[in-house]
Amino acid sequence: MPEIYSKYPLIKYLRKEALPTALCPGCGGGTVLNAFANAVDGLKLDPRELVVVSGIGCSAWIASPYFLADTLHTTHGRAIAFATGVKVGLPDKKVVVISGDGDLAGIGGNHLIHAARRNIDITVILVNNFIYGMTGGQLAPTTPFGAKTTTSPYRNIEHPLQISETVSAAGASYVARWTTAHVYQLIESIKKALTVKGFSLVEVISQCPVQFGRRNRMKEPAEMLRWFLRNSVPLAKAKKMKPEELEGRFVIGEFVNRERPEFTEELNRLIDEVQEHFGLKEV
Amino acid sequence: MIIRGDEPEQVRLIKKLYKPGNYFMQGDEAVSYGAIFAGCRFYAGYPITPASEIAEAMARELPKVSGYYLQMEDEIGSIAAVVGASWTGLKSMTATSGPGFSLMQENLGYAVMTETPLVLVDVQRSGPSTGQATKGAQGDFFQARWGTHGDHPIIAVSPTSGQDAFWETIRAFNIAERLRTPVVILFDGVLAHTREFVRIPDIGEVEITYRKLPKNEEEARLPFGDPHGDGVPPMPLFGHGYFTHVTGSTHKENGLRDVYTPEVHDRLVRRIHRKIEQNRHVYEKYEEHFTEDAEILVVSWGVTARPSLGAVLRAREEGIKAGLFVPKTVHPFPGERMRELGKRVRAILVPEMNLGQMILEVERYVNDDVLLKGVNRIGGVPLTVEEILREIRGVA
Repeated sequence: MPEIYSKYPLIKYLRKEALPTALCPGCGGGTVLNAFANAVDGLKLDPRELVVVSGIGCSAWIASPYFLADTLHTTHGRAIAFATGVKVGLPDKKVVVISGDGDLAGIGGNHLIHAARRNIDITVILVNNFIYGMTGGQLAPTTPFGAKTTTSPYRNIEHPLQISETVSAAGASYVARWTTAHVYQLIESIKKALTVKGFSLVEVISQCPVQFGRRNRMKEPAEMLRWFLRNSVPLAKAKKMKPEELEGRFVIGEFVNRERPEFTEELNRLIDEVQEHFGLKEV
Repeated sequence: MIIRGDEPEQVRLIKKLYKPGNYFMQGDEAVSYGAIFAGCRFYAGYPITPASEIAEAMARELPKVSGYYLQMEDEIGSIAAVVGASWTGLKSMTATSGPGFSLMQENLGYAVMTETPLVLVDVQRSGPSTGQATKGAQGDFFQARWGTHGDHPIIAVSPTSGQDAFWETIRAFNIAERLRTPVVILFDGVLAHTREFVRIPDIGEVEITYRKLPKNEEEARLPFGDPHGDGVPPMPLFGHGYFTHVTGSTHKENGLRDVYTPEVHDRLVRRIHRKIEQNRHVYEKYEEHFTEDAEILVVSWGVTARPSLGAVLRAREEGIKAGLFVPKTVHPFPGERMRELGKRVRAILVPEMNLGQMILEVERYVNDDVLLKGVNRIGGVPLTVEEILREIRGVA
């Protein structure tokens, strides 16, 4: 393990034999890992009470294998579906999915929507860097209109998916969006998401200077963070703005925080009812 | 809480719910009861003809035995949830048909690579594509074997009746648990929808196996090692504080990814193959009828094994020395036995509801001087005794 990690106060949460991480210098993934470790530490959660699931891509590597918990590194797009099976089997554990935008909202978008609809108690930290980073910087369903990628070399003619808004509409208990330039708010939201009973999503707008910034006049990570800060609009303010004014902006804040019946509780209640109905309970 | 299926509370529930006796039921239901008797307590699926009755039976029965039924948004998510649940210790299953089986292939490969026990029922229907959605077929023989990408072993069993489906489902679970591997049940739309008598036994008659768990911290640290020399690593389940890391990427014995070292990949993939090869006694199964003195051998599987037996019996009445060989575990194919039988006969007929799939496996094990002929039927209608008998007479 390199020297630098010995000074990191939350090193106990990391799988030391897997370090250093494979993330590029300046990647937002490290910030997300740090925010997650801070949230776990802040809540005094025992990592043995966690199962972390991820898909494929750079952001899927943030916690699998670097976070020291039971970790399931799955196939592309399917992390939430795998996590659904884990949560049903271990309803008392905290099941967390950490993965990227292409993984969870692109190829895996259907599972994201349906897990929110089902309101299963899974916390999803979706790292949105607008790009397929691991494969070399191709167009994603989150790439901003007009942006350049290796498969939109002239300009992107599609409009990005509004992930937090979509998941809010689908029925999640908790949804928030922050950027890697809003670390303290991010930690607080992850803490809330881990605490809320039901499906929770924390969307983190994150920088990929190597694959996205470089092709869009933001080669330095700091330039990307400044871009996030300049273009972030708090939700309350955004509600008073017109859609065209919000084009290319990042609406940040808590979208929903509400109580709805949770899936695994309902499932176990159903089993009780059925066993009661058929007289199967031990007398 | 881990449910194995043979603990007192589960035995009490099963005994209370399912009185031993003969019941008139569909093949799909027989699969479902087999799964419940084997200890399956997690099912995730997506509706598809002709497998939907399995989902319906599981949705109805699982809550009674403290099990979980989930209807997922698609087949990809179904097998994903099954893998996730298996890592928490639940015996898990999904069922589908050809199109859904195609969608499940990537995660079936994931289950092979991560050595996750599960049972996948493919109720074969007439394809390709949507084909004749409500009609049975045997066209997925090689999809089961080679549907997922990369070098991989696979175990597939194929029942020949409703009664057989009950017992073969139990056997599929026991193999999956014993060898920490996915097992495919190649069922078909004809048997799935045929109603016939199935004897439900007392739970005491059923052998129930549960996966090997780590005996100590040291074993738990090597979820992909081979501490006992049988190729089967103990499974450090999630939720027990082991900090297990599971990935479909090439990994070392401790589970951590290493996709760069050729030797690591070689060691892992060869060990997964060796695990299946060296434990043939766990899963190899075939049936033989009149093979001792047979001159004409019928080799068949699944639904077509039934009219094949009828045809062989009729041929015997006519004085033709016909015999029948039915692989029950079709992958890995019982090649050695096929080779022995192939040396003793002068003609082999292979009836199946496809244009010739298992015959290619048979061909690998028999010499050129044996007459080898397929008896093939597609279109959703099963082969009849008469049709197979005519072919036997033709080579007699």
